[in-house]
Formats: sequence, structure tokens, C-alpha cells
Amino acid sequence: MTTVVSTQMGLGPVPQEFDRHAVEQLLYREARLADEGDYDAWEALWTDDALYWVPVGGEGGDPQQQMSVVYDNRNRISTRLKQLRTGKRYAQAPASNLRRLLSNIEFLGGRENADGGVDLEVGANFLVIESRSRGMRLWGGRTTYRLRRRDDDILLAYKKVVLVDNDQPLPTLGFLI
Amino acid sequence: MTSVINTSTDTGGPYDRLIKRDKVHGSLYTDPAIFDQELRKIWYRTWVFVGHDSEVAQPGDYVRKRLGLQDVIMTRDRDGELHLLLNRCAHRGNQVCDDVKGNASAFRCPYHGWTYRNNGELVGFPFFKGYGERKLDLALGRVPRVDSYHGFVFGSFATEGPALLEHLGAASGELDRLAQLSPEGRVELTAGWLQHQTRANWKLLAENETDGYHPQFVHGSIFGVTGSTIGPLYSDSSTAVTRDLGNGHSENDLRPEFRKFAEPMRWFGTTESRVPDYVAAMRAKHGQDAERILIEGAPHVMIFPNLFIAEIQVFNIQPVAVGDCVQYSTAVQLVGAAELNRRMVSQCVGSVGPAGMLLADDTEMYERNQAGLASLTPEWVDVRRGLNRERVDENGFTIGGATDETGMRGFWRRYKSLMEAT
Repeated sequence: MTTVVSTQMGLGPVPQEFDRHAVEQLLYREARLADEGDYDAWEALWTDDALYWVPVGGEGGDPQQQMSVVYDNRNRISTRLKQLRTGKRYAQAPASNLRRLLSNIEFLGGRENADGGVDLEVGANFLVIESRSRGMRLWGGRTTYRLRRRDDDILLAYKKVVLVDNDQPLPTLGFLI
Repeated sequence: MTSVINTSTDTGGPYDRLIKRDKVHGSLYTDPAIFDQELRKIWYRTWVFVGHDSEVAQPGDYVRKRLGLQDVIMTRDRDGELHLLLNRCAHRGNQVCDDVKGNASAFRCPYHGWTYRNNGELVGFPFFKGYGERKLDLALGRVPRVDSYHGFVFGSFATEGPALLEHLGAASGELDRLAQLSPEGRVELTAGWLQHQTRANWKLLAENETDGYHPQFVHGSIFGVTGSTIGPLYSDSSTAVTRDLGNGHSENDLRPEFRKFAEPMRWFGTTESRVPDYVAAMRAKHGQDAERILIEGAPHVMIFPNLFIAEIQVFNIQPVAVGDCVQYSTAVQLVGAAELNRRMVSQCVGSVGPAGMLLADDTEMYERNQAGLASLTPEWVDVRRGLNRERVDENGFTIGGATDETGMRGFWRRYKSLMEAT
């Protein structure tokens, strides 16, 4: 069963100041930096109020009361990356070989942020091929991003990754999905 | 593959040649024939942790669980009684329940419409004339013995045997300690479970849970970057002890370290000023004793064969095959401790499960252990650490140092006695 993407609640019209090509380039870059384990460049994409969420059981419940695979604020993103950079985060040392595809990129709408601006909400489907010594694994699902304009840059304020099999036992997920 | 079990030799039990005081044979983790025996002699006989009664709080609530390889429905009937039903129609074996949880007074098999009450009774089947009667002497299968302690629900497939409290033995005191941290004396497991697929034999996990030797090495990466206070608890100079609680249960007793600092809530990595309402509620409830409870904190206990409580985290280990198991993990929730509960979910999410900053690394070790055990020599896995300094504490339990393998040796003693039981 495929869950209905429920993130469209509370969405306003698509904000005008986002160029489709620029947004796609950002999403592809974020994907490549994660694939290649370029942690510094990946970390620099995030806003200070960032949220990185990988729920279980479909869209997930209230992440403050229910377990998630990942529920990182900006501070915990930083901790996660520091751990990875030690080279002794064994779940990712040696690192997985990764390549991911993004498609079905949709501009979903605008969402007010805490700074009083409006973030662009974007949805996309993804497929990640992970190779580790335990074998190949496909990770697939739907990502919802919230993007924020800051001067000439676009930053990532929110990334929610809904794996298609997040109701099943999952193997170790040591990389940035 | 041929099994190395040979039941015809040795004057002692058949597992004498595989389980020694200071070492165990690698085939215990890799031999499918031994795994089959474990299912019969451990998973389908002794008390096994299944879930928590707070997961089925209301009459009609149900949740799917695993017990060994069994697909079990934990239900609460209209009288409030708990059942562990097997998800198999008595007609042709189809699964009667396909949702992971819900609320229903009955389960209807999709194949031919047979319907069962949530206590397992067959209530009806279509076109009864084909049977010549309206009632059949059939029902859902069930785990015959179900019992709980502080809401932790256990099932045993043995119709007779030791009572749950007898099985828990001294480990029941650790569950008491956990419940005592709630101002109302009640624990709940309502945050849902992560499911972590693990390509390793289940016993590698059970052994690791109270292994105080590995944290500094496996978890050095996270201790180092967070300035965590956990590392020193498992250092060579730690005053914590590893205790064999009997019946295969064991604990890392960290209380000696916490008593040294004598700071309430240090066990939780915080201070009382950060959780004032909780501390006040605990003092109101426990009076003089509150100080000790708030300093000593939560247990770190492995309850044979599959329940592990690591302070605020609860793990349920279930086997899938000789080299495959699933770790289910969730956060402890203490009734009446709102200030703590969200923090416990947050800390737990950071630590456990497939991406957890602790458990993903443990799991990587389990899987590498399993891969390493495929090597033919040196055949044995060494569990002698601390034999030279073990002692008996004032209550008669064997204890070792914080980093000793005392808990593992207790696990194997229990394992051997169950595997050799007729």
C-alpha cells in the first residue's frame, strides 16, 4: 500500500522567487554530496532551524512522541556528521558506495517559516543503490524538501524521507539518505 | 551442512563439547541444526518477551508481534484480558490479521470468511450446512501461557513450567527499579518500535548487551564528539560491576559510579534544574528515598533470552534464521514524567535503530562477527575475561569488573541447561 503524501496540509501558493532549474540543481547537488560523503559541503546546505526526518510506519506520527529512524535538528545533524568524520563510525567505515536518482520533482507550494518568509515545498521520488560488503540494497521512497531563499543562495530547511518499506525491518542506514 | 552436535558422546550433556567455562564453539552461531533446536528448546518453551500491555491499552486493541518465527497477535479482549494468538486460520492456515495494529472485536479470515473473537474463539463460518453443524471444535492457536510484569508481556509455549516471576528471578528487581522512576510507578511503551534487520545470530546481540568491554571502542566515535559521560562508566578504572543475575540474566550495574558523583539525574545526562517538575513529583512520592532513586537511575539489564533494557531504551530481539534476526527498539515512557518522556524519545531516536548513533555501530559489529565466524579457525569464541577476578557479592551473585564477561558466562550456563533439557 502506498501512503498518501499528507504534507500538502497548510500549504500556500508556490512562491515566485524560485527558479525551477536552480531548484533542481540544488536537489541534484544535495544528492551528489550525500552520495559522495562530502559532509562539509552537505552540512553547508542547511539552515539553522533545519530538520532532517526519516519516519517509520508510513508518514510517521508526532516525531516528538513516536520513534523515527532519524529526527535531527541542526545540532544533531552536526553531531551525526562529526561522528561520520571521525572515520570510526563503523556503520559507515568503510563508507557505502552510493548513487541515487531523483525524479518526479514537483513544486508543491509555499510554507511560512519562522523568519516570516515563505519556504518552497518540493516533492520528489528517489532511488538509492547502496553497495556494501553485505551486498547491494535498493532504498526507495519519497522526499519532501523545504527550500529557503537567502540572497542568491537556496538553502535546505527541511528534508523528510519516507521510505517505501519503512513499515518493515530495515538494515543499518549509515549513510545520509 | 552437517551439525556438530553429537548426542551420543560425552558423559555430560550434549553441549559439553561446545560450551566450556571460558569459551564457546563458533558453530553455536552458524549451525542451522542448532538454531532449529534453539527454536524448540528456548523460543518455543521458556518465557520470551513479546511486548508491553500499554500497546493494547483499550479492550479490542491488538498489535502484531513476533515470538521466534511465530506471527503473533497480542490482543486485549472485552474483559481486559491479554491473549497471544497465532495468526493462522484453523481452516486452511491463511492469516486472519493483516494490519500491524488496530482495534477490533473479531478477526475475519479473508480466504473463506471464518471469523474469530479477539480471544481466539471461532464464532462463525459461512455456509454451515457443508459441515452439518453450526459449531466446530476449532479455534485460533495461542501461546498457552501469557503473563506480565510491570506491563512487560511475556509468552511461553510450554503449557507447564516455571512461573514468569520464577523465570525473572533477580531480574524482576531491575524492572522494579525502572518502574520506580515513574512518579506513578508505571512504565509504558507507547512510542512505537523501530525494526532493525540484523544479519547476525541472535546470541551475538544477547551477549553484547551487558558487554562493558566494547563501548569505548565501538562507540568511541560518538563519545568523543559529544563529550558523553558514558565512556568512563566502562573504562578500566570504572567502579561499575557486571553481575550474573542467574537464569541467564545479567546487568551492568552502574550505580557505584553514579553514587560517586551523587548527582540526581546524572544517569540521564541532565541535572535536576532541567526537570524540576519531575524531581518534585519523585520527592513527593518517595520522600527520603527519592535522592537515592534519582542518583542511581535506570537499570542496564539483559533478560534472557531477548529483552534488553538500556536505561531509557528497550530492545526486543527476535530470531529469523541462524544468521539473521531483528532488533525492535523503543523509548521508555514513564507515567507522570512529561518532562522526561519527550527527551527520552529524542535521546532514544538519536541512539538506536538503523541510523542510531550507537546501535548502527553495534549492529555493524554483530554482522562482522557473523562474517568472521565463518572462518574455520580458531573455532572458539573466548569468554574468559574477568574469570581471574570474579567474586561473589553480598547477595550471592557472581560479579565481575565493568568490562568483564561475567554476564556472557551466565548467559551460556542458562543456554546450556535449556538446550540439554529433555
